[in-house]
Amino acid sequence: MADVIKKATRESYGETLRDLAEEYENLVVLDADLAAATKTGIFKKAYPERFFDCGIAEANMMGVAAGLASCGKIPFASTFAMFAAGRAYEIVRNSIGYPHLNVKIGATHAGISVGEDGATHQCNEDIALMRTIPGMTIINPCDDVEARSAVRCAIEFNGPVYMRFGRLAVPVINDRETYKFELGKGVVMKDGSDITIIATGLMVNEALEASKVLETEGISARVVNIHTIKPLDKELICRCAKETGVIVTAEEHSVIGGLGSAVAEAVTECCPVPVVKIGVNDVYGYSGPAVDLLKDFGLSAENIVKTTKEALKLK
Amino acid sequence: MDASIKKDLQKKSCKVRMGVIEGTYNAKSGHPGGSLSISDTLTYLYYNKMNVDPKNPEDPDRDRLVLSKGHTAPALYAVLAQKGYFPEDEIKKLRHIGAMLQGHPCINTVGVDMSSGSLGQGISTACGMALAGKLDNKSYKVYAILGDGEIEEGQVWEAAMFAAHYKLGNLVAIVDNNGLQIDGAITEVCSPEPITDKFEAFGWYVITMDGHDFDDIDRAFAEAETVNDKPVAIIQKSVKGKGVSFMENQVGWHGTAPNKEQYEQAMSELNAQLKELEG
Repeated sequence: MADVIKKATRESYGETLRDLAEEYENLVVLDADLAAATKTGIFKKAYPERFFDCGIAEANMMGVAAGLASCGKIPFASTFAMFAAGRAYEIVRNSIGYPHLNVKIGATHAGISVGEDGATHQCNEDIALMRTIPGMTIINPCDDVEARSAVRCAIEFNGPVYMRFGRLAVPVINDRETYKFELGKGVVMKDGSDITIIATGLMVNEALEASKVLETEGISARVVNIHTIKPLDKELICRCAKETGVIVTAEEHSVIGGLGSAVAEAVTECCPVPVVKIGVNDVYGYSGPAVDLLKDFGLSAENIVKTTKEALKLK
Repeated sequence: MDASIKKDLQKKSCKVRMGVIEGTYNAKSGHPGGSLSISDTLTYLYYNKMNVDPKNPEDPDRDRLVLSKGHTAPALYAVLAQKGYFPEDEIKKLRHIGAMLQGHPCINTVGVDMSSGSLGQGISTACGMALAGKLDNKSYKVYAILGDGEIEEGQVWEAAMFAAHYKLGNLVAIVDNNGLQIDGAITEVCSPEPITDKFEAFGWYVITMDGHDFDDIDRAFAEAETVNDKPVAIIQKSVKGKGVSFMENQVGWHGTAPNKEQYEQAMSELNAQLKELEG
């Protein structure tokens, strides 16, 4: 594993905004005093006249983004997930979602892997919140390659998009020529027949690692990457339910309202099978190095292996 | 202001007030008080100030208006209908199932520039429109209408800071200072006063006007035109329920629809006012 390249998806976000600026002259970027952290500073450095710092005022930033979009701009409103989905929820709902405006929300520092800043900044609820907004598209990329594709896809798509990025550098796992990002389409990363592990974000790599261990123990685990949480690839998920009979979900998010809930909701309607959820179990986080926190909260290949074996007993 | 123009605006405004009463009566709900306090200013803007064309409602160069105090949509709808954006019959269907006219403004309604009504949000969206205009070197203006109770929302002051910082000289915010909000007088609920001092402190150019005197409204908006380097706040003194005797300055008429008897009395008063203007 020594030569694995790692990169935080927030870096991919900032760089891709910069890379798209020439092609999309209506692209503008907003931030709320976090440009260095969200990496929109990369865009700001290259295109200062198209970058607008709103100060520590996320509610207003989302409204400004809505107004810009109503006049033909493509604003990327950027801040931590906690403030984008949490603090500004009602503005996102009423000023962006309800008029269905072409605003892109770049939410960084999502999940427990924020690390040392602790519970107040570890947002494990954003997917749940954004899922409830009609017409909102939610993308949670798993690595640098997917994050870049997600930003490109978001700018080409007309409508509000919530993009979820992380602070922690994570392995690049999609660095292959055949990689193709399709909005709303899940990706079978590894085929398998005994069980399906459906993962999103940084848990996709953990799921792949887990499947290797399971293989050595004679368990054939399918690994599916759901980068688009909404609209959800129900067709693929239901096919997995039918073909493997049991599902484990893995996400760096609360087990309430996130990927696991979405998968369970889908499966109950098409092919009810057991769905066992790995995520943050309805608790707040705490301070610590991101890597240690992920282990503590069971957001690891090791826990996926353990949970998968238990889930198989439900078949 | 030219006397004939003034009289014409007074007549149009009187019809807007009838639309407010018609709409809220038929809806059996809605907010007549604040709609009546903003009727004159809305009439002035759409008929005498804004560059808008009902035949080309999506014109990218048009002036824009965000009714941040979106609960007073009946007044906006009455102006838009009178201007010909949609048939006046729609007013009677306000708030009904399947109706075009929603309880609060929706961007899908022709002539409505932004969905609004969750208080405090419209001024931010207006800031975004103004910023877009500046970026594209367009000459359009953006008007945002806020309630005096509404400015108790913290987001208003986030937006006020933003507008001054980015020198949004193409933005005019009108604060409808009728002094009443749902729970009572604004000074007793949780006072946002002194309003002018607050906007001045936030770096805005502040003008005060009488929201029911077209000469004064004309003077205020003419003065606003002279400011290009900072946002303008027009604090209008107004009367909640203006034009209907039993609704004036009565907090109870914030969000209550008239019953049949009250509807008939209100319409009779407004008809008498119109007749006098036409006489």
